[in-house]
This record gives sequence, structure tokens and C-alpha cells, in this order.
Amino acid sequence: MKTNSKLLSAPYTVWMTIFIVLPMVLVAYFAFTDKQGSFTLENILSVGQYSNVFLRSIWLGAVATAICLVLGYPLAYIIAKLPAKRQSVMVMLVMLPMWMNFLLRTYAWMTLLEDNGLINAALNAVGMPKVHMINTAGAVVLGMVYNYIPYMVLPLYSVLTKIDQSVIEAAQDLGASDSKVFLKVVVPMSMPGVISGVTMVFVPAVSTFIISKMLGGGGNLLIGDLIDMQFLGSAYNPNLGSAISLVLMVIILICMGIMNQFDDGEDSGKGGIML
Amino acid sequence: MSRTVGRLYTFLIFLFLYAPILVLIVFSFNDTETASRTVFSGFSLKWYEKLFEDRLILEALRNTLIIAVAAAAASTVLGTMAAIGINSLKRLPKRVMMNITNFPMVNPEIVTGVSMMLLFVFAVGVFGGRSLGMGSIIAAHITFCLPYVILQVLPKLRQMDPALYEAAQDLGCPPVKAFFKVVLPEIMPGIVTGMIMAFTLSIDDFVISYFTSGTTQTLPIYIYSMTRKRVSPEINALSTVMFAAVMVLLIIVNVRSSNSGERAGKGGGQG
Repeated sequence: MKTNSKLLSAPYTVWMTIFIVLPMVLVAYFAFTDKQGSFTLENILSVGQYSNVFLRSIWLGAVATAICLVLGYPLAYIIAKLPAKRQSVMVMLVMLPMWMNFLLRTYAWMTLLEDNGLINAALNAVGMPKVHMINTAGAVVLGMVYNYIPYMVLPLYSVLTKIDQSVIEAAQDLGASDSKVFLKVVVPMSMPGVISGVTMVFVPAVSTFIISKMLGGGGNLLIGDLIDMQFLGSAYNPNLGSAISLVLMVIILICMGIMNQFDDGEDSGKGGIML
Repeated sequence: MSRTVGRLYTFLIFLFLYAPILVLIVFSFNDTETASRTVFSGFSLKWYEKLFEDRLILEALRNTLIIAVAAAAASTVLGTMAAIGINSLKRLPKRVMMNITNFPMVNPEIVTGVSMMLLFVFAVGVFGGRSLGMGSIIAAHITFCLPYVILQVLPKLRQMDPALYEAAQDLGCPPVKAFFKVVLPEIMPGIVTGMIMAFTLSIDDFVISYFTSGTTQTLPIYIYSMTRKRVSPEINALSTVMFAAVMVLLIIVNVRSSNSGERAGKGGGQG
């Protein structure tokens, strides 16, 4: 039985080699060659010219992630405290907007934030001056938060519901105040959820190119836009595009490596406390 | 006191999540000549009429459905086979396979899309033939759906008692029949969930399709080109239709799963 079963994964192995491993090899190949196909470091080196775009992407992605965490944690906590039946309804409600295509969700904000949009019309109606919102960095962050906040709430919720109530009661019996219980027991125990939430928001936020295009105008170029331009845009240059993709991947891998380190540390620490 | 604060907070977050969608839906019924989105000038279904007369949209919808069905079917079969294979591997090769499986899920979508575009362009350079189109989109969709199927099926295999399969064989059942009669019903819930996930992910995908489609239009790609050109209440109408479709689908799935939950209690899932 064993050898037969192993053979079943052979088509998958072949498929993934062709469609995952080989494309990655091609990205690396393009990144290190010029248009004639000879080896060069020029592409990688010229990525440095775009350091401002990289910094902007990381900064906006980090701000959006932080806002998602600050807004999402209380919500996850509130949901986790509800009776079981209402919990599942609330979780459904958090997930439902995700079922709508994210282009349409972002488009909805376009119509709200425009200079002649609904928010400005409302401001106008109560006699307030117009506020320019679309095509700003703030609008891009708003779009990221709106699109990705469910990815923060859901892992936080699933960790928070699993916290053993008796641990919290034990802390209370030992004289901890409510705020202390929250800071010293609930928050540390929810760390795995925080970490997966942060990665699930940060990775798509950093690499997005649609949100910045639709809500950020031309002035808020992100890494994703830069890559898009090299492959399907005006600045056609797959070699440079591959180099930028490679750098983006390395940045993300480093971020995730740091987060995982943090996670492991927390885990072992927690184990120590529990024992 | 703190309960009221909690309720207010939840209400505000849900307002933030749903207000834009509500505005979108309300203005899809707006009766206006210009594409004004600030004044509601009366109820009308004309944007829906325009939507269903738009041949390009209907063609994009057809493409999207063909791709989703093909990608879901292929990734379900390949993924289930792979999960069974991976489950019987030893520790080290298992870890290698799981890392490759997880890779597309953690890799930024845009990089996956770009890398596959390079692959298809490269393949045309070597083998000739048509480069980007339905074929390349389907292949790309199968690739990003596979991990989701595998991750749904693997836990079911782990929960299953391996003695069941052996017992069937001891009782004289040939291995293939034992698989279909014993193993498959056990892991069926995982397979079905994986297939539904693959189907919805494929319908919803924009980034990877965008880089692998060439000139072929799918619904998300068409929506994207609509938002680039002009802002028209037709998009609002399309959003409303899609939102309603999702709601109906979710209700059906929920009703079905609660029904089959009861049936499963009485014995056996259905093939």
C-alpha cells in the first residue's frame, strides 16, 4: 500500500516543479541577466534607485497592519466573549465582505472619497469645506485596512476562543486586576494569533498594486505598481521587474523569519509559565 | 456599561465594513443620465438592463465560470491524490513537500503571477504555440488552488484510522475498491470543502489572472478595465448581482451542511 500511495503524489510533484519551482528559477535567471541573456548584476543594483518606493510600500503596509491590529483586536475579543451561537453569526458577518471581489470593494471607496464623492457631498450639506481625500497616501492605507482587516480579526478570534477560561480565573483568584489579567494573560496567550494576523495583512498590503492605483492616483507608487509597470506597463523590462520581485520576496521572507522567531520565543516562554 | 461600549464598537466596525457596499448597492438603482454618484434621483433598473445587454461582460462571465470549473475539478483530483501520497511519506520528504505546498500561499501573489507569466512566455519561446489565454489561466489557477485542497484533505487523512483500509483488504476487498469504498467516504468532507474553496478562489482571483491572461477577459479583469476607463453605475449593478449571488450561495451551502451534518450522524457521507 505504501509504495502505491507514494506514487499518487508524483503528478503533483511534477506539476509543482513545472509551475512553482521552474517559474521561480526563471525569475532568478531574468534578475541576473541582461536582455541578451548574459550575466549581470545591473538589475539588482538598479533596484536601489527605487528605495523610496520600497520604503513607502513598507511604511504604508506597516501603518495599515498596525491600524488593523488596533481596530481588529477589540473586535475579536468582543466576539470571543459572546455566546457560541452569536459568535458564528458575527464571524460570518466579518467574512461576508471578503466574498465580494476586492476590486469592487476598492471601487466602492473610490466613489466615496472622490472630490465630488458622497463624503464631500455630506460635508457640503452640513456647511463644511471639501476635503481632498482620493489620491493620497491616507486613501491607500484606508483601502488596505478595509480590504485586509478580516485577515486580522479571524486568526485573533480563533486564538482568543481557545484560551482556557480557568487560566483567566486562576489569575483573578491570585489577585490580578482585570487590566492586569488582560495584559499579563490574555495578550501573551493570543500572540500566535497576532503574529499570523500581522503576516496575513502585511504580506498582501506590501505587495498590492491595485489599491494604490485606484485610491492613490499616480503619486503613491508602491512596489507592486513598479513590478506591474515592468511586465505589463509602459516601462517594459522583465529583467528589472524580476530583480524587483526577487528583492520583494527576500524582504517578505526576512519579515516572516523575524515574526516566526518572535512566535517561537513566545511559545517557549508560555510553556515555561504554564509549567 | 462596558457591554454598551462593546456593542457600540462592534456596530461602528460593521458600519465601516458594510457602508461602502450598501452605498454601492443603493446607487445601482439610481435613475440618472450622467454617472453622478452623489444625488439619488429615483429608482430605476436601467443599469441592470445595460449590464445584461453587455456582450463583453457575459463573455467574461462565461470564461470565468469555465476556468473555475476546470481549475476546481483538476486541483481537487490532483490535490487529493497528492494528499494521500504526502500522508504516506516519511518525515523528511513530507516536510519538503509541505514547504513546497505552502510556498505559493506565503509568496506575494504578484510575484507568483509574474513568475508564471515568465514561464508561459518562455514555454512559447521554446515550444512555440499560443502563449497566454484560457490554457495558461487554467494552469495558473490549478497551481494556486492545489495547496488549499491539500490542506483540507490532509487533516481528514490523519484523523482516519489506517486499520480501516487494511481491514477492508483483509476481508478480501481489492485495494482500488477498498480505496473507493473505505478511504474516499472518510475524507469526502475535506475534498468537498477543498473543491468549494478552489472554485471560489478561482472566480475571485484577479492578480494572477491579470498576468497570465493575455487578451482573454475574465470577470475580475473586466471589472478592473471598467474602473480604469470610467466610473459607471453599471459596475454598481454588477457588484449587486455578484453580492446577491454570493449570499444565495452561502445560504445554500449553510443549509446543505447543516442537513448533511444530520445525515452524517445517521451514518456515512455521500459520494
